[in-house]
Amino acid sequence: MERKVRVLVAKPGLDGHDRGAKVVASALRDAGMEVIYTGLHQTPEMIVEAAVQEDVDVVGLSILSGAHMTLLPRVVQLLREKGVDDVLVVGGGIIPEADAEELASAGIARIFGPGCPTSEIASYIKDWFETSERAGV
Amino acid sequence: MPLDVQTLLKRFREGDRVALSRVISLVENDHPSSPVILDTLYPFTGKALRVGVTGPPGAGKSTLVDHVAARMRTDSQKVGIVAVDPTSPFSGGALLGDRVRMSSVNLDDGVFIRSMASRGSSGGLAWKTFEVCEVLDAFGVDRIIVETVGVGQGELEIADEAHSTVVVLVPESGDGVQAMKAGLMEIGDIFVINKSDRESADTARRMLDSALELKPVKNGWRPPVLSTVALKGEGVEELHRKIEEHLRLLVTSGSIQHRRMEGVRAKIVEILRNRIIQSAWERNKLGRLIDAEVVSVMAGGSTPYKSAAEILRKTGQ
Amino acid sequence: MSDCEKIREAGAKWRERLRPSATERDALFETISGEPVRDLYTPCDVEGLDYERDLGFPGQFPFTRGIRNNMYRGRLWTMRQFSGFGTAMDTNKRYHFLLDRGQTGLSVAFHMPTIMGYDSDHPRSLGEVGRCGVAIDSLEDMEVLFDRIPLDRVSTSMTINAPASILLAFYICVAEKQGVSSDKISGTIQNDILKEYIAQKTWIFPPEPSMRIITDIMGFCVDHVPRWNTISISGYHIREAGSTAAQELAFTLADGFAYVEAGIKAGLDVDRFAPRLSFFFNAHLDFFEETAKYRAARRIWAREMKEKYKAKKPESWLLRFHTQTAGCSLTAQQPENNIVRTAYEALSAVLGGTQSLHTNSMDETLALPSEKAAQIALRTQQIIACESGVANTIDPLAGSYFVEALTERLEKEAYDYFDKIESMGGVVKAIDRGFFQKEIADAAYEYQKKIEQKKAIVVGVNEYVIEDEEIEIPILKIDPEVERIQVGRVRALREKRDNGLVKTRLEALKKAAAGPDNLMPLILEAARAYATLGEIIQVLKEVFGEYKERPIF
Repeated sequence: MERKVRVLVAKPGLDGHDRGAKVVASALRDAGMEVIYTGLHQTPEMIVEAAVQEDVDVVGLSILSGAHMTLLPRVVQLLREKGVDDVLVVGGGIIPEADAEELASAGIARIFGPGCPTSEIASYIKDWFETSERAGV
Repeated sequence: MPLDVQTLLKRFREGDRVALSRVISLVENDHPSSPVILDTLYPFTGKALRVGVTGPPGAGKSTLVDHVAARMRTDSQKVGIVAVDPTSPFSGGALLGDRVRMSSVNLDDGVFIRSMASRGSSGGLAWKTFEVCEVLDAFGVDRIIVETVGVGQGELEIADEAHSTVVVLVPESGDGVQAMKAGLMEIGDIFVINKSDRESADTARRMLDSALELKPVKNGWRPPVLSTVALKGEGVEELHRKIEEHLRLLVTSGSIQHRRMEGVRAKIVEILRNRIIQSAWERNKLGRLIDAEVVSVMAGGSTPYKSAAEILRKTGQ
Repeated sequence: MSDCEKIREAGAKWRERLRPSATERDALFETISGEPVRDLYTPCDVEGLDYERDLGFPGQFPFTRGIRNNMYRGRLWTMRQFSGFGTAMDTNKRYHFLLDRGQTGLSVAFHMPTIMGYDSDHPRSLGEVGRCGVAIDSLEDMEVLFDRIPLDRVSTSMTINAPASILLAFYICVAEKQGVSSDKISGTIQNDILKEYIAQKTWIFPPEPSMRIITDIMGFCVDHVPRWNTISISGYHIREAGSTAAQELAFTLADGFAYVEAGIKAGLDVDRFAPRLSFFFNAHLDFFEETAKYRAARRIWAREMKEKYKAKKPESWLLRFHTQTAGCSLTAQQPENNIVRTAYEALSAVLGGTQSLHTNSMDETLALPSEKAAQIALRTQQIIACESGVANTIDPLAGSYFVEALTERLEKEAYDYFDKIESMGGVVKAIDRGFFQKEIADAAYEYQKKIEQKKAIVVGVNEYVIEDEEIEIPILKIDPEVERIQVGRVRALREKRDNGLVKTRLEALKKAAAGPDNLMPLILEAARAYATLGEIIQVLKEVFGEYKERPIF
């Protein structure tokens, strides 16, 4: 049986805009992935704990509150503290280009902004997964 | 970096939750290392008691599991939760949302929640649920709660895997009838009418009570019918008490030991059957023989029955 | 032979002649909500329409044509741009900028911690302070926010829900300090908790205590703040979350009726509180569907208020509404195009008879609006008002076969939803089941699929794309210093105020929360003592508990 890609879709921050997160979660399911949805108002600690327990390959973070520069790097940092350094962390939401560049250096591989097709997100994940260490296990 | 199973298992034995999570994945994905892992961990299994929770979608199972797990924690028990949701038959993907409902224990380091998609399994259980439970057991949890969705024949498997099975229903019209048709009445050790603050709760309860009266008392246990309101946490204490009561009865009556013995037998049979089929298959190159016979049947030269007999004859069976 | 039969016959002939050459473009002919649209509408499509009964005259039942006798010939709509960011000082400066440029009302955007009931120094506020709105922790911040703004002369709308009672209390206190009594101030608190559970998802307490706070506010304002709109029943967020136009209409009105029922159940006279209920709709891109939506909303509300809820005062029948153009219709690609989208959306709201309007800025998919972008957005409204000529006559689209047919169709769809909600036991029960949440998420996913399959075209996104586009508009940056400053402010406040008094008043509030008394006077007392928003929410949480997300997956 083909190894399923497991993705955590989470909403850090206090905002309740979950339209994008839900659309992406549904689209990734329809692209054949196993999507664990953690719901709203998650702290970085909650997200990382869920990522560990679910042993996901990818963590997708959706945020529209403007707190991305604080919360997204914190997720990566906490993952590394737990010794998890082989998962892909990506983000989406209202995040200006300049911020996205800074986030990239903090370990958030890619920011998918407004208007980005879900198919692009799915193929980005699939491409990453094929060459990742996690593909074999 | 190649996978070092022994190091991983060492970390696992030291209580590393990241290692536990990876081990579960290897087993769930049927990785080549899976037999070694299960073999190594087997001596550490047999301690955890398993509670199955099943019922129709939207009955509030996850929320109840959340409460029951939190209650178990007050007894300092470590809890593993396996939440199973169906895989989409169209895409092969799955949307697993049970964690959202388990917010009171999701930051507790004495609780480990794992969401599983049913994948290839025909029933409500994921195909490797049993093995994942074994892993959690070996990790040292005291209780494992397995939650499965839906009312269908598949859920009946849960009764084979769990020591005590809780069936959760809601007082919606027809639910009770559905449950009876689906055979849930047979497998439940404890019945719960959740959302029992709804008007129709009393009717549902009466229906269930009278249906259960016909059921014979098994090993001194008559399945109770409990009322809960999961969103408010009402009735959870009683549910937890009944679960523990039933588990205690199973332990003292020796029934768990017996179940384990049966389980061991079934496991050996399963492994043998798979191996024997696999080796016979490969030795006789059955795949190729079958391909040839299919062509012959489709051309009108044979029937599936004749073809099967022909293959057996050729391989000297 | 009736007129309609004649028209049908002639129409059939027209179609006969049309057929051989009439190949249509390869496009989905449907509204943005997925409703099919035919090639031609005729009087036959509105055959059942009775002018007196269904349309009437402006300012007369059922108000389909507008709630005022003379509409915009009397007074233009209020141009009310939603804004707020950084500290109260930063936002106060922006308010003066907007008022200087001819804006006629204020609209406060709060930052997430205020909306969720946390002070700026709470761990959950980390990284959020002043980011997507202004940071208000206490009366002290509110005093700065409205510095040099006379509250007897400006009306203020506050987008605040779960903690609405507290922000209203802060506002009343600021007015007092300016020497303006509470019966002289006017404005709106959003205070619509039902749509929070349904769509916007910034809740704090469970539905039951939330509804109690709302009826407390309604009761208090009837006596003390008579010019205040106590709830702005909002479809805006429902639409932004992905609903169709019909869902926005139906769910919003259903929420409205739920508040009316709650008020009546709390013993209030419907004619005393209903006139202070107002609405807040989205103006999305589908021009005619949107205008029809506002017209249908007025007609349904008037009819139900009069006939079902037995309101006797005409003011109780009026659906007064604010409109905001659709944030979700804006694109990050070629953001200047958003000016055009917003203009059409604003026009549909004006043709639909809105009482006030917010036009989005072109840069809002990238960040909070820059000064320049905010000015263009305001100018868009001024151009519609002064140059386009559409404000010269009332309800100019009335009588359009298409618009009237759409109005009727939306009305019918709304009633179908009302029946469904009723059969589930009402709005709160339907929320518990995740009904609205699932309907909206499904609609959002359907629309996304249409975009990805190019069945729906979004200019600059899936058609007319510019590869490697450079964004050339300036982005408003929030200085990270804001958080440090604001955390310092709230901590300093806790040092200098009379903490004994704060404690006494919070305890009194907590005690009252467990009983039946109106909480507003106690919240006011706590606010006057400079208890912070977070502290007030905390004591209420201890009594009321917290709401948990109802998942739909």
